[in-house]
Amino acid sequence: MTNKELTAQNQLALPKDGRYRRRQLAYAGAGLFLLIAALAGILYGAIPVSLQELSLLLQGQGSNDTERIVYYLRLPRVICAALVGMNLALAGCILQGVLHNPLADPGIIGVTAGAGVAAMAVMILAPAFIYWVPLAAFIGALVALAIVFLLAWDRGINPLRLILAGVAVAAFFGGGTTALWVAFPDRIQGAVNWLAGGFAGARWSYVWIVLPYSIIGLLGTLWNYRKLNALQMGDEVALSLGINLKRTRFILIFLSAILAASSASVAGLLGFVGLIVPHIMRLIVGSDFEYLLPASAVFGAALLVGADTFARTIFSPMEIPVGIFLSFLGAPFFLYLLKRRSRG
Amino acid sequence: MTRTLVMDQGRIGYGERIVGEGVNVSFDKPEIVSIIGPNGSGKSTVLKTLGRLLEPMAGTVLLDGKNIQKMGAKEVARIISMLPQSAQAPQDMTVRDLVLCGRLPYQNAFSSLKVEDVQAVEAALEETGLVNLQHRPLKDLSGGERQRAWLAMAIAQEPDILMLDEPTTFLDVRYQLELMKLVVKLHKTRGITVIMVLHDLNHAAHFSHRLIAVKQGQIVADGAVADIFNETVLSQLYDVNMVFSKLQINGEEHTICVPYESRI
Repeated sequence: MTNKELTAQNQLALPKDGRYRRRQLAYAGAGLFLLIAALAGILYGAIPVSLQELSLLLQGQGSNDTERIVYYLRLPRVICAALVGMNLALAGCILQGVLHNPLADPGIIGVTAGAGVAAMAVMILAPAFIYWVPLAAFIGALVALAIVFLLAWDRGINPLRLILAGVAVAAFFGGGTTALWVAFPDRIQGAVNWLAGGFAGARWSYVWIVLPYSIIGLLGTLWNYRKLNALQMGDEVALSLGINLKRTRFILIFLSAILAASSASVAGLLGFVGLIVPHIMRLIVGSDFEYLLPASAVFGAALLVGADTFARTIFSPMEIPVGIFLSFLGAPFFLYLLKRRSRG
Repeated sequence: MTRTLVMDQGRIGYGERIVGEGVNVSFDKPEIVSIIGPNGSGKSTVLKTLGRLLEPMAGTVLLDGKNIQKMGAKEVARIISMLPQSAQAPQDMTVRDLVLCGRLPYQNAFSSLKVEDVQAVEAALEETGLVNLQHRPLKDLSGGERQRAWLAMAIAQEPDILMLDEPTTFLDVRYQLELMKLVVKLHKTRGITVIMVLHDLNHAAHFSHRLIAVKQGQIVADGAVADIFNETVLSQLYDVNMVFSKLQINGEEHTICVPYESRI
């Protein structure tokens, strides 16, 4: 190697500036938060499990009751919440980057409303098929996405039309949901809880429903981090950097939709996670997707596990759906963002 | 490397709206070319279609004889780099991060930075005088520095053809002058073709070899600066009466124009 090449080789290493340390801290902080939240999620509940009991269990000497609580109730619930939190955070990251809109979240492309009306229809019209709710919600989300894509198609997806179509489709399906309530006021009891969003009743089968999409979504978004970086500089810059704009935009929006759809199918309508997590992480690690995506994924998982544990233990034995809790947390944050933007 | 870029019978425009019809223009040697013309005449549309940002509704754009729409986006991006007007970047992005983006056409999803990438970035930072500012976030830069950073990104693509869409629009006179001089320097040291849309006619005349005049989507004049930069062509082009005058500045002859009265 010549001298010049050696210097270049040395400069491949990133400078360890303030951003570098902040990113390391953010990763470590989010990881720690996730670990603590997961542990709390396993230990706390209507019947608390102590650390000794847990360690006995891990050595294969736990009591049957503890095993049942941890393995069949708490563990799948914690994993479910973590996967859903990660999915929603990644979906929000993608949409904010692709649509150049800081207020974008999975609700904006209509998939959440599609999942909602389909799940409602099953729960109210065919309560015997309650176990089909996740599948119905997933299909409802994809149908909504297909309609939104059709409406927004103009030689490729037009971001502005996508948002308008998404809002319109969301309003339409939202109307459908309300119509079901009005028509069957006596059957909405269980359905309302689902709408509020939460992990009550989460079991291993739910984990298996979400997991494949989480894996596809995570790999797909990380695979595209450089393209996301280019896209957030505007469509024309992305094109001039050799990004196949139409294809990339389609793939990324589709990824965000399946992430959101799989989440809605097991957790109902959870608002705000997809909006606030990417924003908080952007403030800490910056807007480079190479760091933003993993940080958001971990923090989103940690936030939902923590919030769910909190929401089901605070008024124990009564559970508040975590969706309500998140809305109380998320709405003020949303307003704070708006205020920051209008000032800056 | 010398490239040829040809638009053959291009019908250009956005979506359904046709801006120009039967547009023919070609570039076959490393020169500095400015596209001039009134607002809304289609200058940017011509440039974007040449740079593959817009697809012609009819006709073709040929790069080295190949239809540019049939070439891969990355393949084109290694030959043509374009600095659009709409360029925007996250405020916390540093100059170096931005310039590194210029290497995207050479990277795959997970490929790590190669020595050539770093060398291209270093060279671009050096040539644009940004070495000392490379770790600054873009929000801390002046307008002129920021525009230089974008230019450095375009240069890091190692293009043979550099396209600039009104690069001096938001800059004050000093930064305008600096940027134009930088463009001339890059053309000379790298031997690249520069095609840009400019509003300042005196800059266009002084810093280019060739001028292309666009009006109502048609190329109404195309040739060496001496043949275009005169009253006959420009008064027609802008519907404005102008006087032209020659000045000696630092032993260099400048022809300048002063528009003084609208014709309509």
